[in-house]
Amino acid sequence: MRGRNGFWALAFHTLFVIFVLAPIAVVCLIAFTPESYLAMPTNGFSLRWFEALLDNRDFVTSFQTSLMLGLLSASAAALVAIPASIAIVRYRFPGRLFLLTLCMSPLMIPSIVLGVAFLRYLSQIGLGSTMPGLILSHVIIILPFILRTVMNSFGSLDPALDNAAASLGSSPWTTFRRVTFPLIVPGVVSGWILAFITSFDEVTMTIFIASPGLTTLPVRLMLYIEDSIDPLVAAVSAVLIALAVLTMLIIDRLFGLDKILIGNIDSDKNS
Amino acid sequence: MSDTLDFRRIPWSPFLLALPAVVVFFGFLLAPLLSTAILSLQAFSLYTGIQNVYNLANYIEIFSDNYFFEIFARTARIAVLTTVLAIVVGAPEAYILMRMRAPWRGLFLLVALGPLLISVVSRTLGWALLFGSNGLINETLMALGLVESPVALMYTEFAVVIALTHVLMPFMIISVMVTLQRLNPQIENASLSLGASGFTTLRRVVIPQMVPGILAGSIIVFAMAASAFATPQIIGGRRLKVIATLVYDEFLYSLNWPLGAALAMLLFAAVIGVTVGCNALAERYFARIYR
Amino acid sequence: MTRSNAATNTGHAYLELASLTKRYGQITVVDSLTLDVRKGEFLSLLGPSGCGKTTTLQMIGGFVEPTSGNIRLQDRDLVRTPPSKRGLGMVFQSYALFPHMTAAQNVAYGLEVRRVGRAECEERVARALDLVGLAKFGDRYPRRMSGGQQQRVALARALVIEPSILLLDEPLSNLDASLREEMQVELRRIQQVTGTTTILVTHDQNEAMALSDRIVVMRAGQVEQIGRPEQVYEHPQTDFVAQFLGKTNLVSASVRTVNGVKEIVIGDQSFACDTALPEGPVRIAIRPEKMRLASSGIPGIVKNRVFQGTLWLLEITSEHGTILVQQPNVGTPPPRIGSACHLDLDGRDIHTFGTGV
Ligand SMILES: Nc1ncnc2c1ncn2[C@@H]1O[C@H](COP(=O)(O)OP(=O)(O)OP(=O)(O)O)[C@@H](O)[C@H]1O
Ligand SMILES: [Mg+2]
Repeated sequence: MRGRNGFWALAFHTLFVIFVLAPIAVVCLIAFTPESYLAMPTNGFSLRWFEALLDNRDFVTSFQTSLMLGLLSASAAALVAIPASIAIVRYRFPGRLFLLTLCMSPLMIPSIVLGVAFLRYLSQIGLGSTMPGLILSHVIIILPFILRTVMNSFGSLDPALDNAAASLGSSPWTTFRRVTFPLIVPGVVSGWILAFITSFDEVTMTIFIASPGLTTLPVRLMLYIEDSIDPLVAAVSAVLIALAVLTMLIIDRLFGLDKILIGNIDSDKNS
Repeated sequence: MSDTLDFRRIPWSPFLLALPAVVVFFGFLLAPLLSTAILSLQAFSLYTGIQNVYNLANYIEIFSDNYFFEIFARTARIAVLTTVLAIVVGAPEAYILMRMRAPWRGLFLLVALGPLLISVVSRTLGWALLFGSNGLINETLMALGLVESPVALMYTEFAVVIALTHVLMPFMIISVMVTLQRLNPQIENASLSLGASGFTTLRRVVIPQMVPGILAGSIIVFAMAASAFATPQIIGGRRLKVIATLVYDEFLYSLNWPLGAALAMLLFAAVIGVTVGCNALAERYFARIYR
Repeated sequence: MTRSNAATNTGHAYLELASLTKRYGQITVVDSLTLDVRKGEFLSLLGPSGCGKTTTLQMIGGFVEPTSGNIRLQDRDLVRTPPSKRGLGMVFQSYALFPHMTAAQNVAYGLEVRRVGRAECEERVARALDLVGLAKFGDRYPRRMSGGQQQRVALARALVIEPSILLLDEPLSNLDASLREEMQVELRRIQQVTGTTTILVTHDQNEAMALSDRIVVMRAGQVEQIGRPEQVYEHPQTDFVAQFLGKTNLVSASVRTVNGVKEIVIGDQSFACDTALPEGPVRIAIRPEKMRLASSGIPGIVKNRVFQGTLWLLEITSEHGTILVQQPNVGTPPPRIGSACHLDLDGRDIHTFGTGV
């Protein structure tokens, strides 16, 4: 019975697609305006606002900061999350549930609360307005994503694999390196990507801990928009959108976006 | 030759594995939160800053001032409306996506979920451009002769709700699709074979089974809408404050950190309360069926 | 009783499949299948995995649209009837119980959508649950029931609407061996009590033979043979059927006529046989239980012997290839591995298929 959407369903779907794409399309169109104010590019397309963007040191540096921050914090989070997920999945020990709840809790805590908390705490311990401070705060909020995907890929492993490897004479470390790790790599990679994107796009918490000298791109954009909305911010957003589309296509090729976000949709091929 | 069993018999290995996470989360999550909770109890004066006096004055001020009440009420209203809208749009769309054929489903899943990868700021900017007094919506309305002069859309609760729905919609779709995906595809056929019409099947078989997903999605959307910052800040501006933007102002403009901390703590408590409460209710309700 | 009735009743068809065909792109999954189902009979579709059994059943149920061909139920055109109007009962392989409804609510569903009055509905639900032996389980949710119980709820749910035909898609395949046998007996009993025309899809030959009035053996989307279980078993028309239903020995032989009587020659042994085939080489099939060890006959060497409780299964190496022999366990053990022996058989137990190698 799949694939039988009636007329009304398709009409609803069309409206939905317009709703989703409209704001994104508007941003991309206005970015190409030849005018000096917010207007649809009715008199031809122009790249002047993209050129202005390249000349804007602030945006370029904060873009680099965002990239760096995303790379470092996602990798650091992976290094912390992988052993933690092994402990949670493979062992039963007192405090296990507490550890799991603790590591997943940032998903439940409003980012604004974390921003407020880090603002004072980081400067109290001397990490205010520093890259390590930013990385640590980002590790906290992105760790749940990696932990979850890695735990899921552990969960789908056959527990007999370990014993099979051991019966063949493999030491625990060798078993991890040769058997377990290769099997959880997809989980680690997809978790890392989700974590990177989350870190790269984070604005609510970061706006509290960033300083004029050390700002991420979304925060810079946010602060700029608070002042004024002009085609330059549309150009910045258009670039961000293009990057997101690119990432999306790559993820979709590698894993399937639906699999990362929803789980395996097509696993239910049941006549 | 050592084997896995030996490895597992070492009692401290899980603790060793978990150590980095424990250190990071105690040092950089629990400690800052605790320090904020303490900060919210401290007194503040414009001349001397934060004082070492601890009382509930900030909380009392918040609860006794109508200004704060209004902002709390507005935040709740926006969060509820956003959740309702996300259900009304997201749940049917998830069902429609699930029923699509191979190439279309993949394509429209990208359309529906892809926006998650785009910065909230950029997506909200799109709505700001649409809602502006010379934005696309107003221009269209005027071109059609429906209105004489631009309608004020920016800085309204309506606009904030629409933009927030757009931003949070993917979470609803994901969580409904997760439940739909677990649904046995033969169940709809079973209902049809028993003589039920397509509509009856939808009403009595499909929708009841979507409820857990809708509920889970609603909890996520409500929590995120209630604590959203970027979207209300851009669309609502200074004129239409919600708790999150108020906290931001207290910290970065009024510099009354203790009051800001108290507001943040209240928001935190409210979000956790609603989330945990709803989860518990839902679990009690569904435990009967889905143990 | 129903069994003999239905089997001998050659009256006109109740359900009629005419040149039913289903293609997915280039692949033909069901290939002009023609089949008559009689009223009250228990019919099995039997065949290897992927031969199109489920597709056929789903076309009858209305969940797969035929590419061409016709389905008629008592001269009513089913192809153009939506599934909800066909009035057939279906038990799905996965049961497809509604997880948010109790067993009784599941069973009541079909009656409710038919707007059956409350009192009657309750009474019929109770009767249906009683029929499948679940009278006390009406308030349970499916997740809290065992596989066998869920399966019986699915059966009750399909039966309570008094369907003109009951369609069963491998309903027992998810059950363990002993429960499966128990449910086979139940299924047969319930079918005989209600007299509902039933089509069962299965790839288990024993299940098909135990339950059915007639068996339809399918292969690659086509009907290979239709007949009563013992007919199909004893007189397979193709070597596929012979091999698919039980163990069988396929041997090359030849036909010759001696004094006007046809004989089958295997090596230097000949057996009188009543065959219509002309003289020349043939392929023959002999069931292992129809072979016996004797003092003379086809020579061979015992290669292996397996004890199966009531039977001994012997593998004999001969110049015609490995031959399987089943011998009842009467207390004396069969010859040891490696010892020489002779095989004898009755020419009437030989099946021949066309001219062969
Ligand atoms: N939607 C489809 N698209 C393409 N091919 C299909 C589709 N559905 C079924 N098939 C193919 O049709 C063939 C028959 O499928 P069917 O499910 O009818 O087999 P079956 O006899 O029920 O097998 P099993 O015993 O394994 O259940 C299979 O080869 C299958 O791959
Ligand atoms: Mg099948």
